[in-house]
Amino acid sequence: MAAILGATTLAACGSSGGRAQLTWYINPDGGGSNPKGGGQAQLAAECSTPQYTINVQLLPNSASDQRTQLLRRLAAGDSSMDLMSIDPVFVAEFAEAGYLAPVPAADTSDFTADRVASAMEASKWGGKLVAVPFWANTQLLWYRKSVAQKAGLDMTKPVTWDQLIAAAQKTRTTIGVQAMPYEGYTVWINALIRGAGGQIIENPGATYSDLKLGLDSDAGRKAAAIIQKIAATKVGGPAMGSADETAALNLFQGASTSGFLVNWPYVYAALHAAGPNGGPVPWLDDVGAALYPQTTSGTDSAPPFGGIELAVGAKSSHVSEAYEAAKCITSADHQAAYMVATGNPASRKSVFDDASVKKAFPNGIAALIRTSLDQAGPRPQSQYYGDISTGLQQRFSPPTAVRPGTAATAQKFILDVLNGKALL
Amino acid sequence: MSVTASAAGTTEPVRRRLSDRARGERSLGWRLAGPAFAVMLFVTLYPIAYAIYLSLFNYRLTDPSGRKFVGLKNYAVALSDSLFWQAFVTTFVIVVITLVVELVLGMAFAMVMNRIVLPRRTLRTIVLIPYAIITVVSAFSWLYAARIDTGFFNHWLHWLSLGGFPLDYNWFGGRWSSLTIICLSEIWKTTPFMSLLLLAGLAQIDSSLEEAAQVDGATWWQRFSKVVLPNMKAALMVAVLFRTLDAIRIYDNPYVMTGGANKTTTLSMLVANETINRVEIGMGSALAVILFVIVLIVAAIFVRGFKVDLTRTGRS
Repeated sequence: MAAILGATTLAACGSSGGRAQLTWYINPDGGGSNPKGGGQAQLAAECSTPQYTINVQLLPNSASDQRTQLLRRLAAGDSSMDLMSIDPVFVAEFAEAGYLAPVPAADTSDFTADRVASAMEASKWGGKLVAVPFWANTQLLWYRKSVAQKAGLDMTKPVTWDQLIAAAQKTRTTIGVQAMPYEGYTVWINALIRGAGGQIIENPGATYSDLKLGLDSDAGRKAAAIIQKIAATKVGGPAMGSADETAALNLFQGASTSGFLVNWPYVYAALHAAGPNGGPVPWLDDVGAALYPQTTSGTDSAPPFGGIELAVGAKSSHVSEAYEAAKCITSADHQAAYMVATGNPASRKSVFDDASVKKAFPNGIAALIRTSLDQAGPRPQSQYYGDISTGLQQRFSPPTAVRPGTAATAQKFILDVLNGKALL
Repeated sequence: MSVTASAAGTTEPVRRRLSDRARGERSLGWRLAGPAFAVMLFVTLYPIAYAIYLSLFNYRLTDPSGRKFVGLKNYAVALSDSLFWQAFVTTFVIVVITLVVELVLGMAFAMVMNRIVLPRRTLRTIVLIPYAIITVVSAFSWLYAARIDTGFFNHWLHWLSLGGFPLDYNWFGGRWSSLTIICLSEIWKTTPFMSLLLLAGLAQIDSSLEEAAQVDGATWWQRFSKVVLPNMKAALMVAVLFRTLDAIRIYDNPYVMTGGANKTTTLSMLVANETINRVEIGMGSALAVILFVIVLIVAAIFVRGFKVDLTRTGRS
């Protein structure tokens, strides 16, 4: 606590010895606050210049705790909020509240050049760039080549959820999904709805009384029907209702049930260390990756999008220096180094052609991630995102109780909550 | 308190004109207490009034443009929402259970401490240790003690029940089992506070009263219920009132142990969730005001109903 207070007062003072002190609130990325750890702390050290030093402040682990901490400081007008690593779903909330400093017009081309489409979509609010795309994440369909072959699935072409369910049933294997009541479940529900051509929010940016949700629609019902089918056929595993990313990966690692898994690219590195004696799993060569499954046959899937955007606080006393630093942090070289060191994919397309990145993500996985990112459908942008996501998770839990009508129930509940007619 | 009481006492007789002395005392009283009174007004009355004002709006901190005056709608929504009543029931289950157990245990401790002469100070210090521990720390201790992976409760119960109690029993998997651990932790931590307040009451009873009853042939129970309890009623009621008001506001223990899962959200947690996580300042303020009114009602019941005199903890 004392350290936080100390750092804040130091940053608030602005400069020590003529050199501006920037504070960068970073999310944990494995590099900690070690300036040689390969994470954001290293980028901070490398991007410090004679004009300013970038100091890092580590945020809590969970995205919602990160939001609470940033939000309280921003609402209080803390002038130390120079740079923030924020989850894309919070961009809208912070931008709508006027907490983010406008992106300088001169820098816009630098921040938008060469970026994947989903990262651009997630960094805008009201049609304007409000945050800088930093790294971008997406889910892939991971599968066992032998299982797909046994089920007669042609994995060179996009597959649908229905095909996957049939294949898992036929081969008595599982599909690892995330259906615990947490943000990961919203990620899945959103991907299913967008994959069917729908949208959770039809008019992003509208105030709560005018907000229109697209859950009570064919796309919403189709998404609920897929969840219902996976729960009913039990191909989601015995503990589907309490499965997060780790639990889903564990299901995929279990030799007897291993079949399919939708998850972030980190699982590829994880499988390298999940075998006996900390080595790779014995069947690593049998693991394949493909684009996220389609909700409706013939329509491109909308893979989940994640990652981190960089934002500058409106009350920061070093706005121009902070955007200068953001340019350095998101340069192609730094994004490539960051991707190799932490496994977090870049938002710049050219990075995926980098030799070191191709080595870290071999067998065409690097190129697949880039394709998936360009096709990805971010979660809905809304200043009320937190309530919408929590309401969705609550009404879609447990997955065994989901029916096509759940989508309409969730829509009514969320609108009630937003209009102050129900508590959340 | 005694200054104002005696000042009030001297000025009470119906006299048209106050004596110079009384007037001087009164103005001295105001000058002494005035600054503190002003500060108290500023730090308590202002936030309370502001919360009441905010509770009349549909107002989200991150959506200033959506701010709308809604009158008493937030109160109507809160009081008709099932989530509120679920939190209400959870809170009052915790209050009633912890209060009853703490009262019985605290009384027992107080009587033992009252009798024991030799290591009196040491004993009183030892009894106070749980109360000196920060609630969050004690909550984590109880959480780890009851969890399947790090805990020892299940191992002890397994051994005590000769293998009948399952080792993988998840205390935090259901509402009532979670509340059991929350209540136990709460009782462990605040019984010392209760026993010290009760000890103060016990110590003020004239021992000759008890001796007289004993000489008259009263049994232990008769002496306890007819002599001891009536003579320490004031201290007893103050202890119960303080603990009740404290318990109604319970937050740390359930927050650390369950985070409100399995219907263990208390009223304070609901307030915090609305104001801090959802930044719904309007609804959060309405809930905070409701909680405040509940506390006021409970305090009024004690003070009016049981005639508790908060200015005197001693003889009634």
